[in-house]
Amino acid sequence: MYKNFLRYLISAIFLITFSISAKADFKVGFVYIGPTGDHGWTYQHDEGRKAVEAAGIKTTYVESVKYGADAERVIRQLAQSGHDLIFTTSFGYMDATNKVAKDFPNVKFEHATGYKREHSNVSTYSARFYQGRTILGHIAGKLTKTNTIGYIASFPIPEVIRGINAMTLAAQKVNPNIKTKIVWVFSWYDPGKEAEAAQALIDQGADIIMQHTDSTAPVQTAEKAGIWSFGQASDMQRFAPKSILTSIIDDWAPYYVERAIAARDGTWSQQDTWHGLKEGMVAMSPYNKGMGADLVKEAEQLQKDLASGKIHSFTGPIYDQKGNILVAEGKVADDGMLLGMNVYVKGVEGDIPK
Amino acid sequence: MSLDISFIGILIGSIMASSVPLILAASGELITERSGVLNLGVEGMMIIGAISGFALMVITDNLFIAIIGSMLSGVVISLIFGFLTQSLLTNHVATGLALTIFGIGLSAMLGKDFVGIPGKDFPILFSSLRESIPFFGPILFGHSIILYFAFVLPFLTSYFLKKTKLGLIVRAVGDSPVSASNQGINVILVRYCCILYGGGMCGLAGAYLSLIYTPQWIENMTAGRGWIALALVVFATWSPIKVLIGAIIFGGISILQLHMQAVGFRIPVQFLIALPYLMTIIVLVVISRDSRKIKLNTPTSLGRIFYKEK
Repeated sequence: MYKNFLRYLISAIFLITFSISAKADFKVGFVYIGPTGDHGWTYQHDEGRKAVEAAGIKTTYVESVKYGADAERVIRQLAQSGHDLIFTTSFGYMDATNKVAKDFPNVKFEHATGYKREHSNVSTYSARFYQGRTILGHIAGKLTKTNTIGYIASFPIPEVIRGINAMTLAAQKVNPNIKTKIVWVFSWYDPGKEAEAAQALIDQGADIIMQHTDSTAPVQTAEKAGIWSFGQASDMQRFAPKSILTSIIDDWAPYYVERAIAARDGTWSQQDTWHGLKEGMVAMSPYNKGMGADLVKEAEQLQKDLASGKIHSFTGPIYDQKGNILVAEGKVADDGMLLGMNVYVKGVEGDIPK
Repeated sequence: MSLDISFIGILIGSIMASSVPLILAASGELITERSGVLNLGVEGMMIIGAISGFALMVITDNLFIAIIGSMLSGVVISLIFGFLTQSLLTNHVATGLALTIFGIGLSAMLGKDFVGIPGKDFPILFSSLRESIPFFGPILFGHSIILYFAFVLPFLTSYFLKKTKLGLIVRAVGDSPVSASNQGINVILVRYCCILYGGGMCGLAGAYLSLIYTPQWIENMTAGRGWIALALVVFATWSPIKVLIGAIIFGGISILQLHMQAVGFRIPVQFLIALPYLMTIIVLVVISRDSRKIKLNTPTSLGRIFYKEK
């Protein structure tokens, strides 16, 4: 009897302290699609989380969370366990995020790369990676000898298609004969498959490889084959020191710190953020000197012009594969069109998987 | 698709390379299953082998130690499974699933410090012959020693099971552990050995991925290959040679569909991606129609707990 009483007392004290501390502490939760050790997409988000932690705010994260029911369960769990702000860092968490947000009006949600903000406590944010792709396209168009660029794609969502188009348009500008060959692996993250896709593209004549998947396997394959490649999400240079021309780097840290502090101080409000080279959310790793000093200069200039807005990645005339006009001469594509992009531009081979 | 003869040689070479982890893991699991033990922990043992091999390579800078170490790590982790299922008589299916989950988690924890370190080039054999002989060069030469081992292994396994006394004992234990036990065979010991052997081969399969195929460590890098190896054993009706055929077909179509995409075939990509699974099952079902042979090869008491009365 006495023993039991003691047990209840201890658990009661524990529960009370726990709930008080849970209320008092401002906490930020992160949901990741891959492992933090992918050295790509999730790795960069986790770098952002560490920056929030360094700013004195408590964080937790859940990694390798699958889309669908799993995602909703994890997001709900984070909301229930006293997190005040939750970052869901993949496109496929869009519906789950909005669904949970409805039930937790006091919790703030930030969804990466999506477009649905069904409730006032949901913000969306993304980076204009396509600006980076424009630079890659320019370099690739100049360097390719076979006029074939190999592109390893993950899922047919606007984000990925936009990257393919931006790259192709920029490459065409400097080399009208360019062809973009695409292999879909239907995975963000499968090193073996990504390596095989890279090899298939190389065997089919591509002499430059780029990827919209998260592992370093494609650049390693390119290094082995002795051809050029581009890194994705984080600086992959040390995996393929000779082959990598540059990497598109996602830098989420400043945004995460800013939003976490805003939420803590009560100044957070719904936003739709789409930052690029200008704000530093997209950055380029140092250019490989192997491409030649002139081309490095051109790339750096292009990077400046894209950042300042002098050059837009999607400047007309732009045609689709059948030759219909998408963007008229002298116009630039607006953000609405970019966000919903679901057709290839002229020069890309194959069909978009439906 | 360009169809010149040297290109086909290169293609076959890369198909062989991609099927190696499946052959190794499935051959190991086949022996385990022939002794009557169903170990669903293949994926877990592979990923442990992958991280152990990579970590040892980084620490010791010696590929030989890395390869041996990866096999030993597979042995050690399968020992846990062996102890639970053979000594404590736990359910094979549940224990195997737990082993996979445990392996994935443990490897992620062990691997934290090894992310972002590039791997080392693994030595390949006869690389000069690869270039000089068209067609046969890329097929026969320029591979790692593990690949040659993987392609000999199914034949050795078949010989072991059919022609040796030890192989007969393994099969007897898998078919009827009670009769085997009455004949004086130590069933538990035989099963332990088969489990440990399976673990070692799965460890090696994992190391092939992290040391040779995509030389790096990243979490979850086996990406479900362990499950495919498991399915191969069943669809190949426990025949080592059919495991080899199945693994080559699976690897082959996985790679061919990527080429078909790159060439721009107007076939829905989702269908192409499902094709390796579909074709492997169809081919294995077609070549394994002989029900008498299936009966001969199927370990009758697969997954059943054996308990020796004292």
